[in-house]
Amino acid sequence: MDFLFKAEGVSKSYTGHRALTNVSVSVPKGSIFGLLGPNGAGKTTLIRIINQIIGPDEGALYYGNELLRPEHVHRIGYLPEERGLYKKMQVGEQALYLAQLKGVPAAKAKKMLKEWFEKFDLLPWWNKKVEELSKGMAQKVQFIVTILHNPDLLIFDEPFSGFDPINVNLLKQEILNLRNNGATIIFSTHNMGSVEELCDHIALINKAEKILDGNVRDIKRNYSTNIYQVELSNLQQPIEQLHSTRYELLKVIPHNGMVTARIRAMNNTEPNELLKTLLPIAQVNTFSELVPSMNDIFIKTVTGKFPQEGTDYELTAHGNSYLSE
Amino acid sequence: MNKISIIIKREYLSRTKKKSFIVMTILGPLLMAALMVAPALIATLSDTDYKIAIVDDSKLFYTAFENTNQFTFSPLETSIDSAKLLLEDRTYDAILHIPDIAFQSPASLRIFSQRSVNVEAKSHVETILENEFEGLKLTVKGIDPQILMAVETPINISAIRIDEAGQQAADHPEVRTGLGFLGGFMIYMFIFLFGSQVLRGVLEEKTNRIVEIIVSSVKPFQLMMGKILGVGLVGLTQFVIWVVFTGILVFAVRSAFPDVFAFTPPQEVYAPGAESLNPELMQERLDAAAANNTFAGEIMEGLAAINYPVVLLAFLFYFLGGFLLYAAMFAAIGSAVDNEADTQQFMLPVTIPLIFGIVMMQSVLQNPDGPLAFWLSIIPFTSPIIMMIRIPFGVPMVDVALSATLLILGFIATTWLAGKIYRTGILMYGKKIDYAELWKWIRYR
Repeated sequence: MDFLFKAEGVSKSYTGHRALTNVSVSVPKGSIFGLLGPNGAGKTTLIRIINQIIGPDEGALYYGNELLRPEHVHRIGYLPEERGLYKKMQVGEQALYLAQLKGVPAAKAKKMLKEWFEKFDLLPWWNKKVEELSKGMAQKVQFIVTILHNPDLLIFDEPFSGFDPINVNLLKQEILNLRNNGATIIFSTHNMGSVEELCDHIALINKAEKILDGNVRDIKRNYSTNIYQVELSNLQQPIEQLHSTRYELLKVIPHNGMVTARIRAMNNTEPNELLKTLLPIAQVNTFSELVPSMNDIFIKTVTGKFPQEGTDYELTAHGNSYLSE
Repeated sequence: MNKISIIIKREYLSRTKKKSFIVMTILGPLLMAALMVAPALIATLSDTDYKIAIVDDSKLFYTAFENTNQFTFSPLETSIDSAKLLLEDRTYDAILHIPDIAFQSPASLRIFSQRSVNVEAKSHVETILENEFEGLKLTVKGIDPQILMAVETPINISAIRIDEAGQQAADHPEVRTGLGFLGGFMIYMFIFLFGSQVLRGVLEEKTNRIVEIIVSSVKPFQLMMGKILGVGLVGLTQFVIWVVFTGILVFAVRSAFPDVFAFTPPQEVYAPGAESLNPELMQERLDAAAANNTFAGEIMEGLAAINYPVVLLAFLFYFLGGFLLYAAMFAAIGSAVDNEADTQQFMLPVTIPLIFGIVMMQSVLQNPDGPLAFWLSIIPFTSPIIMMIRIPFGVPMVDVALSATLLILGFIATTWLAGKIYRTGILMYGKKIDYAELWKWIRYR
């Protein structure tokens, strides 16, 4: 695979505590890469190292095939978690200033900014002071400034905090657009919902160490429980007869002449096998695999167990639906 | 380099475009002038009309007391006991009683008042009576006071400086003192004023949380230097405008009142070793010198003797050097704290040497070539202020070179240290910072 960014064995410690211990991550080109972890895990430290704001104590960093160099900051766009603007400065002037610092010539930056401001309905605010903007509008300005210089690598630290749902959707759409146009995106968050929606790859950092990484689909498969939830009607025989070396019946709830059941498929039994077994004996209304959500995986990896494990195997109902309604 | 210039541009324009800058630039010199004139003005205003009644039993001295701006004298032809009653209804602030025997025994003189008597009034009255008694005694001893007046000779020695080239010129140390004081004080003010602007700017960026966006594009050191240089240029701009303003003002006043400032450059009246001048020419030159012997003339002569290019160049250098030295420290403080209230604990090491420089001004002015003046003008932390005080008196080149070199080394050192604190500090929030912590930051790789 082609990697746009690689960190190898990166460590960083501050007096008193280690922020990163031997962390290696590889960000595939053109992907959305989720950097996950609880607060204080070391995500921001890693991001600052990628941005060359601070240097690592140990380890090597690569941009494409080259060692990371100061000039690469022009190829990187960074939206920090804690972000602000000069309150007394005019919006347009300020965006222009930040774009110039990223190496975009003033005239070109102005033209591009006008287009983006137009797109985000910010144009009337060009000559207003930043303190007159709402928080959401200020965030939009920051987003525009982050992406204006057409960076190959974009780093968003908790980008959705402070946005209302409409703007979150707008932003998600823009992030997907950027990816589709060839940008690579590192996306740091502890909001797992957005991870599943957007990320192709993830790395999970806890207590300064990377404890999990890889393709989101692969990770989910690794954590699959092989438990299927089915809703059946017109049962030809008691569902309990399914019990065998291949299937374990975990739960049966009859209701309105129908039955909802959770079945664990064992010994590598494929979902299709289960369907084939079920089809002769009942009408299958719904069939879905109970897959742990990224949230569950996150909690399981960090704390060692699934959120409700042990009680009733009640997984949060994020299923891969195999049958549509 | 290009990025630093973008930062400098923003720092410079965002400050010079502010209304407060324009107002300060115009009002600054006026405020300074007001600051100097106001105390004298207030002094003359506040003490007007201290009313003193005089009860002179001897009737000899009534005419001696003339009203002034401050004191009004009223002769009273009553007995002292009835006069005392007038104190109660505040007709008079004080009553001077000159008994019959006063001339023989001055200790019998009394001044009565309800509140504590005005000290100035007392000494004013004492001076008048001393002169009167003296005159009376002279008359009694048969000496005409007119003769005494005629022999009194006011002495005002003209100071002459001989420079290295052997040129002689009239010298007015008072003018040099004034100029040195002004220069030193301006440096002190500029460093404080613009240094704290740097501090506030850094703090603003940190609390605004814009700093992380910026340092993802430029190095923290570039941001810090950009800010320091930008603010420094603002200070320089202000100074240049003030100098130009003053120049125009002086020119305008001189054209408006040419007589007051009339001044002929002094010529040598007497030069040792030169052939003696003929008596007429000598008298002519003495008269010319005497014409300059007015207050305005002396000041003009003193001002004309100052080497302005040197003073201005020195001011620019020591302002820039001192500013860079201190601004770096101000920037480090701004980066280390989370809000303005926390800056206090770190301000001490920055303000102490500055204030020390100001406190030492008086001693340095009294002996601008002494060891105290020398050392304080060499050590980088006080040299900007103290050297500015010495410059109008003329300073050996060696001293200036040493002082300038050390100042440059000094600001390189403080900037380097401050940069180390700054790059860690700007990203550090919610932590209580002490000196031990700052030392750790300096040692980070």
